[in-house]
Amino acid sequence: MSIVTEIALESFVLLRLGERRFALKANQIAELVAPSRVFRFPHHTAALEGVLLRRGRIVPVCDVSERLVGKKLTMRRFYLIANRFWGSHRESVALPVSGDCELITAEMTPRSESDSPHVAGWLSHGGDVIEILNLEALTPGPHAARSNTAGFQPVEVRA
Amino acid sequence: MQPAPASKVRAPRAEQIILFRVGGQLFAISSASVQEVRSVDSLTGMSQEVPRSTVRKVRHTVRRGDSTHYVVNGTVHFGLPAAAASLVFFLRHTPTALLIDGIEKMTSMTQLQGLPQAFCHEERDWYRGLTALDQSVVPVVRPEGFLSVEELTLLDTAVQEEAGKSQDGAAEAGAPE
Repeated sequence: MSIVTEIALESFVLLRLGERRFALKANQIAELVAPSRVFRFPHHTAALEGVLLRRGRIVPVCDVSERLVGKKLTMRRFYLIANRFWGSHRESVALPVSGDCELITAEMTPRSESDSPHVAGWLSHGGDVIEILNLEALTPGPHAARSNTAGFQPVEVRA
Repeated sequence: MQPAPASKVRAPRAEQIILFRVGGQLFAISSASVQEVRSVDSLTGMSQEVPRSTVRKVRHTVRRGDSTHYVVNGTVHFGLPAAAASLVFFLRHTPTALLIDGIEKMTSMTQLQGLPQAFCHEERDWYRGLTALDQSVVPVVRPEGFLSVEELTLLDTAVQEEAGKSQDGAAEAGAPE
């Protein structure tokens, strides 16, 4: 393998949503966890179901399957906890997935102008051409929000 | 040999909170934000209707001293199924009286995590953040979040118009023929 080819390869995690597979860059993945209780409370961000409590951290749950495959998942096997960024701020989001996840190394083909905003690029694996997801475009966040910068860091409460 | 000095571990400061239910859903509020808790029955005779309220969650006002509190239906505010309210919270620093199902308990929280940025709509005004209590997650409400500035303006206008009509009616009734 030439040096040039080695440099072009990147690590990705393949995730399954129903019959389809998608990819995320491996450096965005925090962990893969078994389904646990989703805490729900009133809100108006339709893409979010609620939150998970994971090692003391509160992680929003976002089912992206409806947007990507046209229907909600009927069976959840894991939650893939991924990191997304707003500038320098990082926040985790839990994505329900319906099957095993797989770590692979592949060459990324950059997205084109005609691709949907949620497509960060493409890769070829096992005879399939797989979308690499752009989490910032796929999951809700300040880009869709009204101007409100209320604290997003865990804080000690003021007594 | 000198004994090692005891490490100074600062205990996290705790905040007293009230856990309460609206439409069956559990919420928390800082107890410092609640001026008074009353039963809904005690409002009978004290409350006045806001006849032309364009703010659906407010139908009544309550006069307390020099101030008027707008009675906010918590289930309408949060979009929850209607439930019979038994108590009302009179909140500090905001002219809000919040109808609630009931109080669950009083407790304290030591950590408040800001609402994740993924939540990006009205809820950012509704909540100060989320807290983990007994392996559960409870939203901590922001007292000022029940009525926006726009809603308060609409309500103030409706109340003033109603007061003006009452005065006009009284003047007409008292005018010599």
